[in-house]
Amino acid sequence: MSFLGYPRPKGYVGTRNYIGIISVVGCANDVSWWIAEKVKDAAVFLHSHGCCQTQPDLDTVNLTLTSLGWNPNLAAVLLVSLGCESSSVEIIADGIAKSGKPVEKVVLQKMGGKTNVVNEGTRIARAMAETAAKLKREEFPDSELRLGVKCGASDTTSGLLSNPATGVACDTLINNGGSCVFGETTEIIGAEHILEHRGATPEVGRKILEIVARMENRAIAMGVDMRGGQPSKGNIAGGLSTIEEKSLGAIVKAGTKPVKAVIEYGEKPEGKGLFLVDSPGREPEFLTALAAAGAQVIVFSTGLGAPQGFPFIPVIKITGNPNTYENLSEHLDIFVELGEQGVIQAGKALYREILEVASGKKTKAEAIGYGRFPNIFTIGPVV
Amino acid sequence: MPLRAVVMNARDNVATALDSLKKGEDIELVISGEKELVKLKADIPFGHKFSLAEIEPNSPVIKYGEVIGVSTAPISAGDYVHVHNIASARARGDLQGGKE
Repeated sequence: MSFLGYPRPKGYVGTRNYIGIISVVGCANDVSWWIAEKVKDAAVFLHSHGCCQTQPDLDTVNLTLTSLGWNPNLAAVLLVSLGCESSSVEIIADGIAKSGKPVEKVVLQKMGGKTNVVNEGTRIARAMAETAAKLKREEFPDSELRLGVKCGASDTTSGLLSNPATGVACDTLINNGGSCVFGETTEIIGAEHILEHRGATPEVGRKILEIVARMENRAIAMGVDMRGGQPSKGNIAGGLSTIEEKSLGAIVKAGTKPVKAVIEYGEKPEGKGLFLVDSPGREPEFLTALAAAGAQVIVFSTGLGAPQGFPFIPVIKITGNPNTYENLSEHLDIFVELGEQGVIQAGKALYREILEVASGKKTKAEAIGYGRFPNIFTIGPVV
Repeated sequence: MPLRAVVMNARDNVATALDSLKKGEDIELVISGEKELVKLKADIPFGHKFSLAEIEPNSPVIKYGEVIGVSTAPISAGDYVHVHNIASARARGDLQGGKE
């Protein structure tokens, strides 16, 4: 099977053709936003990091922003810096330049303030957009797709219906030679013994146990029962009683294939197959992890109705909860009928939808512009 | 009539409601191809769980054929099963004194 995408340097293929306006530090968010407002086909990535953090977190910010710049859905990247931040616009620019795509930077403190930086940034980004607009979609095999999968605002229908249907689509893509990325390490707690045996090598299996223990220990260190935070208040209202129950229903969204590698937050895996990125499952941070990992399309399975998209990745929403599908139709793309046949049919319908969306069809989240507030996951204090 | 509750695995000791179920109703379940009836001892909201069997306190509660938690009170067949009578065994900083 095939889709229509935008060719990028080094053999990558985009499903969208945006100019990425990437803020290097929280303090540059406003000017990044003002530039993006003036440029057609701009997608702006804002976050609250890049300063007054310890080096491991600053490294994560640099790595994540570099990987986001590599995402094939961006034709070119403008980095927006304040000037005095601790994240490094140079490291990020050099890293993105290796992708072969155009990357430039503007720095507020060096350019005489907001007015100048917005004017110059807008000029650069508009020139990038003019070049990008000349690109035409071409036919590519679906093996060029990397699908990100996520579940959020889960209830018990997630584990019974929408996650298994998402798993069917994941398996189909991997069978066709493509790749999938999942994560949400917190939501593996209680199901890690199953995933351990899906590791492509014993070392991958051990790594899965290691990242789950690491995430669980962070929660334990707070000295309270995690329940209420995970599963969330809404998950509990939706019938999920424990993190174990949530996890056992959550892991099925990644299908049944071997896990080829476990990657750190912000990393971009090489090759094809199924990858696991170590990240909590909260939407702003985890959708960023999937984008950084190179996903050009994301499938987001939900029970209670999560509306979030992402600035430059189409996010397809799938639910098995009939009440949610009816009440929140402006946010949801696919419905899974009850029963085993429903899951298989919905998985097939989802796969067709993935190819259509990859070829340019807008998701509900894209159509209404929901998803402007992603973030980056860091573990240390603000200092 | 469509199934009103589902048992995910033959090892499970709980079922999940696929409808809003009422106390006193007899709910038909299919477990390993066999039909079974459970009389509900409480209302069960859509998506929530009820017990298929007697579960002693401090015993495993099983769904998907896997342990999803531990009972904190005696549970009998048809009882509502949720946060009031099962606890998680994981990420329990309250029991582990904040130590990793």
